[in-house]
This record gives sequence, C-alpha cells and structure tokens, in this order.
Amino acid sequence: MALFQYIVGRFVSYFVVLFIGLTITFFLPRLMPSDPIEQYIFELQSQAGQTMSPDEMANLRETLSQIYGLDGSLVSQYLGYLERVILHFDFGPSFASFPAPVIGFIVRALPWTLGLLVTTTLIAWTIGNLIGLRAGYHHNSRAATVMEVVGVALYPIPYYIVALVLIMVFGYLLSIFPLTTTIRPGPLTFAKMRVILYNSVLPALSIIVVGLGWNILSMKALSFAHKEEGYVTFARLKGTPSRTIMNSYVGRNSLLPQITGLTLSLGAIFSGALLIEILFSYPGMGLLMRTAASSGDYNMLYGTILVTIFAVATATLVLDLIYPVFDPRIRYR
Amino acid sequence: MKMNNRLKIGIVILTIMVLGSFLLPLFHDADPTKQGTFPKNLPPSLAHVLGTNSLGQDLFWWLVYAVRNSLILGVSVSIFTTLIAGTVGLTAGYIGGGSDRVIMTLTDVIIAIPVFPILIVLATLVRGQTSFLIVSVILIFFGWAWGARRVRSMALSLREREFINVAKFSGSTTLKIVFREVFPYVFAFMVVDFINAILWVINTEAALAVIGLSNVEIPTLGSIVFWALNYNALFIGQYMWIVAPVVATVVLFLGLFLTSTGYNQMYATRRGHS
Repeated sequence: MALFQYIVGRFVSYFVVLFIGLTITFFLPRLMPSDPIEQYIFELQSQAGQTMSPDEMANLRETLSQIYGLDGSLVSQYLGYLERVILHFDFGPSFASFPAPVIGFIVRALPWTLGLLVTTTLIAWTIGNLIGLRAGYHHNSRAATVMEVVGVALYPIPYYIVALVLIMVFGYLLSIFPLTTTIRPGPLTFAKMRVILYNSVLPALSIIVVGLGWNILSMKALSFAHKEEGYVTFARLKGTPSRTIMNSYVGRNSLLPQITGLTLSLGAIFSGALLIEILFSYPGMGLLMRTAASSGDYNMLYGTILVTIFAVATATLVLDLIYPVFDPRIRYR
Repeated sequence: MKMNNRLKIGIVILTIMVLGSFLLPLFHDADPTKQGTFPKNLPPSLAHVLGTNSLGQDLFWWLVYAVRNSLILGVSVSIFTTLIAGTVGLTAGYIGGGSDRVIMTLTDVIIAIPVFPILIVLATLVRGQTSFLIVSVILIFFGWAWGARRVRSMALSLREREFINVAKFSGSTTLKIVFREVFPYVFAFMVVDFINAILWVINTEAALAVIGLSNVEIPTLGSIVFWALNYNALFIGQYMWIVAPVVATVVLFLGLFLTSTGYNQMYATRRGHS
C-alpha cells in the first residue's frame, strides 16, 4: 500500500510540474511589455526596406495572431494552447524557417541532447560514486585526501569555464579535438558514428568533469558518516571482509541519498548541458534555443523550453519510480 | 570555536577579492568599458598588468570591475533568496500541516524546472535591454527553493527536540519559539546557503552573459568572456583575454565554496561537542 501511495504521489507532482511549466510558458510572453507580432512586422519591414499599406498591415497582423494563437480572450487562448500542446504536440510553425513546424526541429535535436546528457551523467555519477566511496571508506589514506582536493577543486567550477579551458587546451594548444561540431547529415554508418564520437568528446568531457566534483564530495561525506554506524562496527567484529563492508554495507546505504541527489539536480545538469551545446555548436536543444533566441523565433523558443521541462520532469519521474527497487523501506512499509 | 583550514583559505581568498575589487576602482575613475582608451593588443607590462585587448581596453581594470559587479549582483540577489528560504522553510518545517504540503510541492516544482531556458526566453523578450533588475527578479524567483528545502528539514527535526517542548510548556508563543529557539540552529545553515546562493547567482548570470543574453555592456565575469569569444581572442592568440577571467572566476568560486563548506564543518563539529 505504501508503494502504491508513493507512486501516486510521484505522478501527481509530475503533472503539477508539467502544468506549471505549460502555464509559465503561456503567461510569460504575455506579461512582457514587448509584442512579438509588432517586433516581427518591424523586422520584416526593415528587411524589405519598405513599408506596407495599413490594410495589408492589418491583414498580416490578423494572420500572425492566428498562427501565434493570440486571437480571442485570454482564457480561450490558454485553453486552445493547452489543447494544441497536450493533445497534438503542436507548437505551431517556426518563423525563421516558415512554415516548417517547430516539432520537427525538436524531434531532430532531442536525441543529440538526450544522448549527450544520459551518457555523461551516467559516467560522472558512476565514476564519482566509486571514487567517493573509496575516499570516504579509507578516509585516512593519502589517496583519499588527493581525491577530496580534486572534488573541492572541481565542484564549484561552472560549466562554461570547464568548456573554455578544454577548448583552449585540446582545441588550440594541442589541436586534438575540433573547436565546434561539424557533422554532415546522412545515413548512420560506422564512419559517421566515429565522427559523432570524435565531435562529442569535448562537450561530454565538460559535463563529466563538473559532475564528478559533486558526486565525489557528496559520496565521500555519506560513506564516511555510514562507516561510523553501529552496524558497520558489528560487521567488522563479526569478521566480515573489509571489501564486503565497503560495497554491501557502506556503499549500498550511501547510494540512496545519491540517487535522490541525482534526481534533484537533473534540472541544473540539463541547464548546464544546454550551455555546453551552445558553446560547442552541438546540434541539440541548446543550440536550437540559442538560434531561436537570436532570430526571434518565438514558437520555436516556447516549444524547445516546454520540451526541456517535459524531459527533465519525465527523467525525474523515471528515477523516482525506479527508487523503490533500491530502497526496500518504501517497498515493505 | 576553531577555524579549520578550509575556512581560513576561503576567507583569505574572499577578503582579497572583495577588498581588491571594491577599493581599487577608487584609484581609477576611468570607464573600463570605453573602447580605444589604449593601443590595441598590448602584451602584459607594468602599465597594463594583463595587457590590453582588441578593443583597446585595459584587461586588468575590466576584470576588477567585473569581479565587483558580479559580487554585487550575487550578494544582493542572495540576500533575498536566503530571506525567503528562511521564512518559507521555517513556516513549512515548524508550523507544518497543510502549509508544509503546499510549500513542499511548490519547492519541488521550482527545483524541477530548469532555470536557464526560462532566462533565455526572458532575455529574448526584452531583447537588447536586458537589465540586471529583470535577471535578478528571475534569479530570486527560482533561487529560494533549495535553501527552503534544507531549512525545512532542519526545522522539522528540531520540532521534536526536548528544549522546544520546554519552551512550549513555559508558555512561549509560536512566533517566539521560532525566532528564539529554532532560528539560532537554522542560522548556520542559512549562512552556508547564502554563500552557495552567491555562487549560483554569479554563475547563472555569467552563463547568460557568455552567450550574449545578459547585459554585456556592464562588466561581469561573464560579459568579459562574451567579448573575448566575440572577437575570437583565442584565434588571434589573445590568450590573456580568456585566461584572466577564467582564473579569476575559478579563484573566486573556490574562495566562496571553501568558505561555505569550511563554515559548515566548523558548525558541525561545534554542534557535535555541545
């Protein structure tokens, strides 16, 4: 019964997050002083170098507000928006490349972001926890002190700084890896996979390096605290091998808060990955957002942000649903 | 109360950074962002400690103003987020009940929403005139949730302690208990959260500035990198333009981080002994 309650609770908060995300992306642009339609018309005119007659202008304004979903009262706009987004995943057409629908661009960009993010997060989390567990368990050893210094030095460093340093060292000084991503479209062959891998090394490394710091420090503190518990002392007196104590006693128990920590920091990791993509011109959601921002492509912007919120919320939900597998206290309460 | 090494190093770094960035501008009243003040691309020398960039600006003075502005932004936003986090966390944790459930759902939602994309939208909507005020308001709006979570769990555990019961039975009002008995315990956590919030604010603004979506006319640790990238500093061999802000950022962030974890450690040991 406890498990059932837990699952229902997670689903409720999942839908609350999605609903609030949808509502924010609906009201945010409408609260702003600038009018995207006026801006767009202004840009069109300055590009064309001539002005339109008032009649044409009114026509254009009407068509644009239909496409943007800006006609009718605020309530009917909101309901229409919810219906389009939830039922049809329809974010409208892109304005920079009219009339291609926004969703098509997102579907192409999303695998890049997810691929980069899932791989790097798994690597950083696993390696960080393995190192942190050892550093916490053998906290008096010299290696543990070194690892702690590494963790402290890595943790507070922002994503963009790591990216800049990597670009500087591996891109310019050593010229091993490319500065920006260049991947030609085409069928997924073995050679193309190598190109993708080669282009992804630096962006991936940036995310891993930042993630490592947090995981090492947090795991070290947890395993150090668990090591002092009574059940560990009992196991030691009982003659349990030190390796078993570290992995099955201390490690197993320290893992739970680490999973929760990962769940809670997914939003921050995603934000960091978006920035990394922009800096490396990696063809994912971040780059899509940045180009949409500079070309004033609002439909694209809201679409990418909604999908980002949706992705983070879904990943959090999945982790939360897996959690009872690791924590028997939720299963058998 | 004995200071540990982390705290000592952290405070030394912060003192140097704060004094340097706030006092040095008093001896230099020229605008560091004015272009063409000096010859372009000078190497480091006595007159220009870090050299000049492709816009004819002195890099050292740019950096000094950048550190100062980033610190001002970080501290002023963090004051608000910490106050909100403290109030909300204490309300949820100590008073509990219905308010606790509502507040916890709200914090979880805010934590789950990635801030960076939302900032990108806002920056686009107010294109060209992104003011620090707007960035600050958004950072405050999204910044309090982490702290509130921590204060709440702390207050929740305190509620069951003996001395709270003593205060309650001696007739103290809830407000008095929260301020006189619970708050002193939570205070150390709030200091740590305050410093972490400064880190987060400076970082988020810088990230926005690096891709040109904050106000890049004002020197901050991010806008200096934006101009360097914009003028292809690395490509033309102007390494100092990137290296200097990178080093300054790393040192400042290390200082903040060491101070917050050192302070936390010091309080943890003190609590253990009392």
